[in-house]
Amino acid sequence: MPLLEIGKLEEIPKLGSRVVRTPQGDIAVFRNSSDEVFALLDLCPHKAGPLSQGIVCEHTVTCPLHNWNIDLRNGEACAPDEGRTKSFGVVVKSEVLYLDLPEEVENTSKPAQAVAS
Amino acid sequence: MKEKLVMVGNGMAGVRAIEELLKVAPDKYDITVFGSEPHANYNRILLSPVLTGEMALKDIMLNDVDWYKDNGIDLRLNRKIVDIDRRGREVIDDEGLHTPYHRLLIATGSNPFIIPVPGHDLEGVIAYRDIADVDYMLDAAKEYNNAVVIGGGLLGLEAANGLKERGMNVTVVHLLDTLMERQLDQASGALLQRSLEERGLSFKMTAQTEAIVGDKRVEKIRFADGSELATDLVVMAVGIRPNVELAKKVGIHCERGIVVNDTMQTYDPRIYAVGECLQHRGETYGLVAPLFEQAKVCANHLAQLGHARYEGSVTSTKLKVTGIDLFSAGDFTGNESTEEIVFQDRNAGVYKKVILKENKILGAVLYGDTVDGAWYFDLMRNGTDIGDFRESLLFGQAHIGDAGHGETNAAASLSDTAEVCGCNGVIKGDIINAIREKGLFTLEDVRAHTKASSSCGSCTGLVEQILASVVGDYSETPKKKSMCQCTDFTHDEVRKAIVAKAIKTIPDVMEQMEWKTTNGCASCRPALNYYLVCAWPGEWDDYQSRYINERAHANIQKDGTYSVIPRMWGGVTNAAELRAIADVADKYKIPTMKVTGGQRIDLLGVKKEDLPKVWGDLSRAGFVSGHAYAKGLRTVKTCVGKEWCRFGTQDSTAMGIDLEKMAWGSWSPHKFKIAVSGCPRNCAEATIKDFGVVAVDSGWELHVGGNGGIKVRVTDFLCKVTTEAEVLEYCAAFMQIYREEAHYLERTAPWIERVGLSHVKKYIVDDEPGRKALAKRFLDSQKHMQDDPWKERAEGVDKNEFEPLTEIA
Repeated sequence: MPLLEIGKLEEIPKLGSRVVRTPQGDIAVFRNSSDEVFALLDLCPHKAGPLSQGIVCEHTVTCPLHNWNIDLRNGEACAPDEGRTKSFGVVVKSEVLYLDLPEEVENTSKPAQAVAS
Repeated sequence: MKEKLVMVGNGMAGVRAIEELLKVAPDKYDITVFGSEPHANYNRILLSPVLTGEMALKDIMLNDVDWYKDNGIDLRLNRKIVDIDRRGREVIDDEGLHTPYHRLLIATGSNPFIIPVPGHDLEGVIAYRDIADVDYMLDAAKEYNNAVVIGGGLLGLEAANGLKERGMNVTVVHLLDTLMERQLDQASGALLQRSLEERGLSFKMTAQTEAIVGDKRVEKIRFADGSELATDLVVMAVGIRPNVELAKKVGIHCERGIVVNDTMQTYDPRIYAVGECLQHRGETYGLVAPLFEQAKVCANHLAQLGHARYEGSVTSTKLKVTGIDLFSAGDFTGNESTEEIVFQDRNAGVYKKVILKENKILGAVLYGDTVDGAWYFDLMRNGTDIGDFRESLLFGQAHIGDAGHGETNAAASLSDTAEVCGCNGVIKGDIINAIREKGLFTLEDVRAHTKASSSCGSCTGLVEQILASVVGDYSETPKKKSMCQCTDFTHDEVRKAIVAKAIKTIPDVMEQMEWKTTNGCASCRPALNYYLVCAWPGEWDDYQSRYINERAHANIQKDGTYSVIPRMWGGVTNAAELRAIADVADKYKIPTMKVTGGQRIDLLGVKKEDLPKVWGDLSRAGFVSGHAYAKGLRTVKTCVGKEWCRFGTQDSTAMGIDLEKMAWGSWSPHKFKIAVSGCPRNCAEATIKDFGVVAVDSGWELHVGGNGGIKVRVTDFLCKVTTEAEVLEYCAAFMQIYREEAHYLERTAPWIERVGLSHVKKYIVDDEPGRKALAKRFLDSQKHMQDDPWKERAEGVDKNEFEPLTEIA
């Protein structure tokens, strides 16, 4: 599947996030202070809080509901919490953002199923 | 090529340093560890439960042999280092093998002190220090009947209890007249002795051992007064000495211990030391908490990060001796210049003593009821002036202000299924399992792993007791509480620096104060943002450092929708307003409407992208944001007052509206609630608000520092004023001093308990120019705060916050 254009880098605030609505559920796209960009399913592995609403620091986002820290690079919950949310590839070319949204293989009627411990 | 790190000693402090090192610099060193015992790293604090049979050796292993293997550490057990070639940088072990190092860590711990009386080397005379000693005692208990333990300190009593449990007749011999005299005063020592006697232990107090008598094996002990006691086993537990033998031999500067600087470095810059073997600023340490702090600092320097310092520790002891709760900290004996407050109930077996000097706590001893130990320790460490609640100090924290959340104070008697933390539904068994399985030692660890005590904190005392009952006498003792893990500075230090150095942005704070992280964390960023907004109103505000509620100007709910609460001044509304709210609810299909505790209407379940439209409609109907989401003024609750009520003495509703119009939009360290009651019947419940006003016939009573919530706290009476203008001025001044002094996320209640009501009175009541200046600063700041955030956003400000970036079909 080709990369999908989803917007411009400048449309996401530094240390912020925007949501991309997809058939696989909302995907949160994050931008950190060094303009690295990451994409995670917008669901905390703990209690499905919207990660896009959290505070972003370097390589983590803190879920607004119960303060779990999630690694932006792979969706892993930071220790001692355990769990993982799905992460997606996202690239920036000439300030334009492209999302790598793989074809769905599983039943997607419940995209909310992040892997909880 | 990696550098080589060699550690001499394989105990708790040393291995902790290695663990800390692996966390911060996993690939820096090839590590070799020499241990003289045949075991990997076990928890020495838990030797006593092994002796009593409550635990087995495998239960107390902290790092097994596989752990060393998994981390690539070359572990050499049963090996003693006998020499160090400092010039050639090699250690030499007892088999003559040379092992080179770039850095050397000495963690040789301590040796038990053996009283050099005649007969101390007879068979059957041992110390109590390691697994081998425990095994020796277990064997002796099978074969013999009588044991004597010399030393009535913590370790001695634990050994005595263990031998008793194993069926021996045990007599404890103590030189002084008080047991555990380093932790207890005479009264609490006597209580302890009485309960141990009830459990079957015998005591011989003020007894000086003159000789241990026997042919080959010990047969009896003779004392200085000529009396004798027959025995088959003598356990000496009279203290420990730093093990400096090796360091001394190779010429590293030692006094009582190996002398180190604040980076845990010895006089040989390639050689570091941690644990009981060292001496730092003249002190040696034997409790785990300081040793772990040292381990962390040492690891930081071994990793060449170079930003940690060990500045010594204040220690407290909170221990479990055979099911008896004890706590002691600081100077608990006192002298001519100190005062003491004592509570004693001999039948209930409760004794509490606090030593004071100029209304500050110097030390405390608690026996039987130790749940407030952590609180006294905090007050002591923070140097809090306790003058304002001196008369209720010994009744504990729950009695300050008012009773609150029900709290039991005996962890030992709780069943494993009893709920300890009501916020997160954590039962006692969960906590015990986590402590054992994950090797936890500190309250912070337990919070992180189990979430117990991590929300409202009212079960903290209980969690600490459970921790103490599992891992023994551990209590964490940081010298000061830093803002978060990103910095070593405290909230107060950061706030002072922001003002003193005129720092105006978060990146500048982080740079000038040497933050350890690039962007801070979700804990310090909102705090810094608030401190900057407070110090430089109108000059700084970083949207991305606000918590989501303050970024979205609505309250996030558990399903990711938001709730919206329009402001209704003083809780007064009319048909047109209510109609407008009803229309909004219909138009945006808002599922739930509810009246809040603060007398406003809550619209729940609003989708984020609908927020600006909802606000637009509300704004056109005349509403502004209710700030129900803010760390700032929430609502001013009122009663109807003398306009309608036959008891009313003043127009409380109008007063409330005036206060709300003055204070709305202000940011503060935490939420801030006001109420105005029209008479002392207090229908607006003003005495559990941050600022409460109660009308009386001759004017207005002002009350501060109350809250409902986790622990109900009734306000303190501040003063009485006559006019409405005074009410406004005092309120503005009070809000400003709270805004300028409290730590972020500290409500007025704990803030007042920390700084004292007298402090607040000094600036608000006694100092008129000071009060006026505070009020002026508040009103100046308000000029920047009262633009309605809802109207702005309805008109398109910050559009990106509320709309998806894009939609993929």
